[in-house]
Amino acid sequence: MLKTSLARLTATDVVMFAVGLALSGIIVTGSVATLSSGKYTLAQWQDLFIFGLAQGSIYALIALGYTLVYGVLRMINFAHSEVFMSGPYTAYFFARWMFNTGFLQAQPVAGLLIVSAISMFTSMAIALTVERIAYRPLRNAPRLVPLITAIGASFFLQYTFRGLYGSGIDRYPELAILKGSISVMGVRVLVTQALVIVAAALFMAGLYAFVMLSKTGKAMRAVSEDKQTAQLMGIDVDRIITTTFALGGALAGAAGVLYALIFGQVQFYMGFVPGIKAFTAAVLGGIGHVPGAMVGGLFLGVFESGGPSLVFGWVGIPAPNQLKDAIAFTMLVFVLIFRPSGILGERLATKKA
Amino acid sequence: MAPLLEWVFSGKGLSVAGALAIAVIVIASEVLGNRRRTNARNVTAVPITPRQKQMRTGALMALLLIFPLLLGTYVSEVLDQVGLYILMGLGLNVVVGFAGLLDLGYVGFFAIGAYAMGMLTSPELGLASLSWWTALPIAVSITILAGIMLGVPVLNMRGDYLAIVTLGFGEIIRLLALSDALRPWTGGSQGIQLIAKPVVGTMVLDNQLKLYYLILAGCLLAGFISSRLRDSRLGRAWMAMREDEDVAQAIGINLVATKLLAFSVGAAFGGLSGAIFAAKLGAIYPNSFGLLISINVLALLIIGGMGSIRGVVVGALVLVGLPELLREFAEFRLLVYGALLVVMMLYRPQGLWPEDARKLEAHEDDGLSGDSSAAPAGRIIEPA
Repeated sequence: MLKTSLARLTATDVVMFAVGLALSGIIVTGSVATLSSGKYTLAQWQDLFIFGLAQGSIYALIALGYTLVYGVLRMINFAHSEVFMSGPYTAYFFARWMFNTGFLQAQPVAGLLIVSAISMFTSMAIALTVERIAYRPLRNAPRLVPLITAIGASFFLQYTFRGLYGSGIDRYPELAILKGSISVMGVRVLVTQALVIVAAALFMAGLYAFVMLSKTGKAMRAVSEDKQTAQLMGIDVDRIITTTFALGGALAGAAGVLYALIFGQVQFYMGFVPGIKAFTAAVLGGIGHVPGAMVGGLFLGVFESGGPSLVFGWVGIPAPNQLKDAIAFTMLVFVLIFRPSGILGERLATKKA
Repeated sequence: MAPLLEWVFSGKGLSVAGALAIAVIVIASEVLGNRRRTNARNVTAVPITPRQKQMRTGALMALLLIFPLLLGTYVSEVLDQVGLYILMGLGLNVVVGFAGLLDLGYVGFFAIGAYAMGMLTSPELGLASLSWWTALPIAVSITILAGIMLGVPVLNMRGDYLAIVTLGFGEIIRLLALSDALRPWTGGSQGIQLIAKPVVGTMVLDNQLKLYYLILAGCLLAGFISSRLRDSRLGRAWMAMREDEDVAQAIGINLVATKLLAFSVGAAFGGLSGAIFAAKLGAIYPNSFGLLISINVLALLIIGGMGSIRGVVVGALVLVGLPELLREFAEFRLLVYGALLVVMMLYRPQGLWPEDARKLEAHEDDGLSGDSSAAPAGRIIEPA
């Protein structure tokens, strides 16, 4: 038994094992060293954690769009980051208009709801258009082909929005009710962060309920299991695919408004980095798996916010925070190598693609 | 000649009138050429004799050598960029076109080549100040090593996952170059200046025209290597792997070695391109190595025809040369570019000038031919 498994062991396996061991070693010693050095106070860690949670819930909402589409079509929707960008960018103009007329200050709750609705609607419309033009005609094409159209669609959308709204950075209006902080069980939380976390949690719960309880949700799960059988059971596969894109688009639009609330700005290129991060989150949690995207998003958000200081804080390198993106991508690479199924998902990466 | 050139090119690039004129000429020649071709199709095709082939190659070479001399600095600059992209395209063509390993982080190798060249030659950092030619083999070897280091962890990955991991790899390289943590070696966001220029004899290759010949030599070398590799045993192994990994393994192809060779050959070409790029600009900055370059290189492969060496040249001319010449329309060129990619995939997924074998494949209805766009809306999707 031992002999045969040893014989199957290749040199690459050994190398990978060594790399994994070294990496875990670095993370553990780094964390222990930083914590024992007492360089950061407890309050600083709490701030990092809460910020990570807020950022992570946005990643989770975007990641759901990737995961839903992957579930039904087994395809990565690379244009999703532009779906995410289009919503808040369009809604920005309404927000500014309402701000100028004074409505947003007088009725902040209603105003924010309107802005979110516009953003979700725009993102949904963009997602459906992309699906109709760039993906639907290519359902039977080799897998590389829709990937390229997605990249093309992504460029097209970015530069269309740049052409429409200009290439500058636009600042979202600031609201008085979103300033300041509250205290939750002794931990200081900014109001925007609290709003983002609560809103994202509501959206995720709503989506989960929809997928698990509604008839359409059941049909979506059936299509992701087996399209042909689902069709034989009388499910309109095209309609389900459209619904999936619409849901993913709406969630991305909602995530976009939350993103704009935290970072206070929009621009035509804003989708790229969160899009890649959200994809990472979806893969981390196990792509095609709805709770996986949520867990992956939160995990990535927290790790990204606290990880650089935790692992590299003790070395005293300048600005460990600059490395957070590099850390996020490194983590993606290593998750795909050591646990391609993600935290919650099934094993897919080495399946015939 | 000069007034004509002035009419076609304004200060910054192709003038609008010039662009229209060229478009008319191209479309007209295409229409006329097509008519002749359809007539010729009824006649039995006459194979080209080796002598004719030699003459054609000779004429093409002569044209390539004198072309920039006639057209001046601006066109040389554009051709330099096209040449660098052709080099990268040839490298990525080995990885994606021959071996079927979808790599979205190819810019990583370009960046490593450029940074290795910068670190080895720039006196500014004080690491080493070698000459360009001494540093070149070292830079290319470092890139090959990086190719193998990327290749090992992704040996078991396929398709989309491979694409994402390589994309992450490309971004990691850029972010590391940008970070303050590595500033003593990479210069952080300041980049590296004072990179050595290549010297041939006593002549320093310091302008676009002189560099054009260096790039041309690099392209010819890379083109020669890839065409020999394509027809070699290794090339066949790559293509077998591209078509079906499991079957390839079953017929005795060593997947590990074959994949790593594909990554290292691809990386070597990318590194060479990066090394020339560093010398051309004399200074490099992390933001020159964004994801856009990887996407551009992949797109030029697709536009030209995946796996086709001549397609790389056509793709680079179309995707890099045209937008450069169309600077006057700068605002919308990336918009047009995105639309072009989508339309291309919908109507001509095999590329503008595919390999003959691929062209035959594409004519059989295997979903590559674009006929799937005519499929009824309710058609069942094949399971992946």
